[in-house]
Amino acid sequence: MTKKLAGLIVFLITVFIVVPWLISVTGRTDLYYVFTSVALLSIASAGVWLTFYIGRINIGQGAYALMGGYVSAILIMYYGWSFWWTLPVAGMFCAVASILIGIPILRLRGVYFAMVTLILTEVMRLLALAVPITNGAKGITSIPPPGPLSIFGFVLVPDFATLQNPRIAFYYLSAVLMIICFALMYRLVHSRIGHICMSLQQNEELASSIGVNIAALRVMAYAISSFLGGLAGAVFIGATQSIYPSSFTVTDSVNFMLNCFLGGLGYVFGPMLGTLVLYLGWNLLFSTGEYQLLIYSAAMIVLMLVLPNGLLSLGAKRKD
Amino acid sequence: MAQILEVKALTKRFGGLTAVNDVSFAVNEKEILSVIGPNGAGKSTLFKLISSFLSPTSGEVTFKGERISNQSPHIAARKGVVRTFQETTIFRNMSVRDNVIVAHQLRARASLLGFFLGSAEARRDEARFAESADEILSFLGLDGIGGEFARNLPHGHLRALGIAIGLATKPTLLLLDEPFAGMNHDETMKAVSMVRKLRERGLTVLLVEHDMQAVMKISDRIVVLNFGEKIAEGTPSEIQNNQRVIEAYLGVEDEAIGL
Repeated sequence: MTKKLAGLIVFLITVFIVVPWLISVTGRTDLYYVFTSVALLSIASAGVWLTFYIGRINIGQGAYALMGGYVSAILIMYYGWSFWWTLPVAGMFCAVASILIGIPILRLRGVYFAMVTLILTEVMRLLALAVPITNGAKGITSIPPPGPLSIFGFVLVPDFATLQNPRIAFYYLSAVLMIICFALMYRLVHSRIGHICMSLQQNEELASSIGVNIAALRVMAYAISSFLGGLAGAVFIGATQSIYPSSFTVTDSVNFMLNCFLGGLGYVFGPMLGTLVLYLGWNLLFSTGEYQLLIYSAAMIVLMLVLPNGLLSLGAKRKD
Repeated sequence: MAQILEVKALTKRFGGLTAVNDVSFAVNEKEILSVIGPNGAGKSTLFKLISSFLSPTSGEVTFKGERISNQSPHIAARKGVVRTFQETTIFRNMSVRDNVIVAHQLRARASLLGFFLGSAEARRDEARFAESADEILSFLGLDGIGGEFARNLPHGHLRALGIAIGLATKPTLLLLDEPFAGMNHDETMKAVSMVRKLRERGLTVLLVEHDMQAVMKISDRIVVLNFGEKIAEGTPSEIQNNQRVIEAYLGVEDEAIGL
């Protein structure tokens, strides 16, 4: 218990003090955008991880990130909503959409479910190109930065437009959201709900024979997953102030899945570590030019062969 | 004795094949009833129909007067009809004790949200489940290996674990899927006494089985299927002397039915 607490404190200090300090010392303020991305992508990856936890390979999180991004952008630009209110609404919109989509497709297992979700991302991109309100390939641009967030007149977050460096603000916002999401996810997985999800992953027929409503539970997990995807997408468009049909593509969906694989499917914090390593790894390889993808893919294959249970399995004690 | 499970004119067709054809029988409270029959007689299909893993083409299954066929397995389980599986169906990557604890889901009083928030009710549930799981494990002689991963258990323990998972749901009627398959004589005798102990716990047991000797020893009544149809029903001694049953098992008759 104390070890966990110490780990948490070290983590919080790293995120909120060490990283900003290092960035200010080195003057690399562009890194704020990198870490903001890592935080947001790891939220979306956490959703994918949860669907893995109930035994479904989800390669469609990009669809919900895109959907959440558009919901937020449309509400801000066309309906004058505050950025802050669009976050939960975008998440809920995606959750409801995923329930409608999930009820038929969650009956599929293994590679069949994976294929359908993969197509889902592409469908969402084509949809964004086709429907009028998303403004086609030109996307929605010049989205204003978030206004102030206040509760009962007490300003929690100042208007981003008045800040000297809104990048830092987005970094803190994303970090806080990431920590909340992973804390809730940790609680979920370590509660009885997590054990039931686990039973679903291990054997659906047996789970249903002991009275678990497996169809409802699958849909619930998928809805939570998509909520996280939509939330991440909505914050993302706030940070980039624009959204296009190509903002989240099949490649992103695949990356969300790879983040989970790399970090470890058996660990709640797997997707967070996986996202960090993959995102930074990809960017570090940028200087290798045309070989970037080759080296990246080869490294991924090797890592999966050497560490099939993910990076976090290095630190975990072998249980058997 | 009151009838608790009624199988009424149950028929299941797979395309042109009629796996179960117009089968009717009833299970009395606290009885051990076995369904036997040669390979391909439709035993497994009947088993799945009763536990709602398959939906019948026609006919129905009622439990305490309520229809449980044409539902989902978890609905049948909620009403008190729970099946076990053959040995490979367990939660492999969980400990033996966790397998049994998670199977207590039907007895939870707290909601899922309660479990998420760790409400007082949820904590009481957790404590009750752990206690009950330990009781079930010791009842089935699995105490001492609760911490093992289920995937590492030997065959005999796996089958006991399957039954432990079933018991955790606190069923009224437990359906056992070939509980003696692949066992030698000594193991079968142990398993027979275990099934009797289940009845002493107040359970009604319906089992589907190949092993004739065990079935003759253990059953109060036997239903015999052949080519999807019920050809006989009665006490073990009635079944042993039934001409149609002997014909159905022709070729292996004498030894197989223990004459």
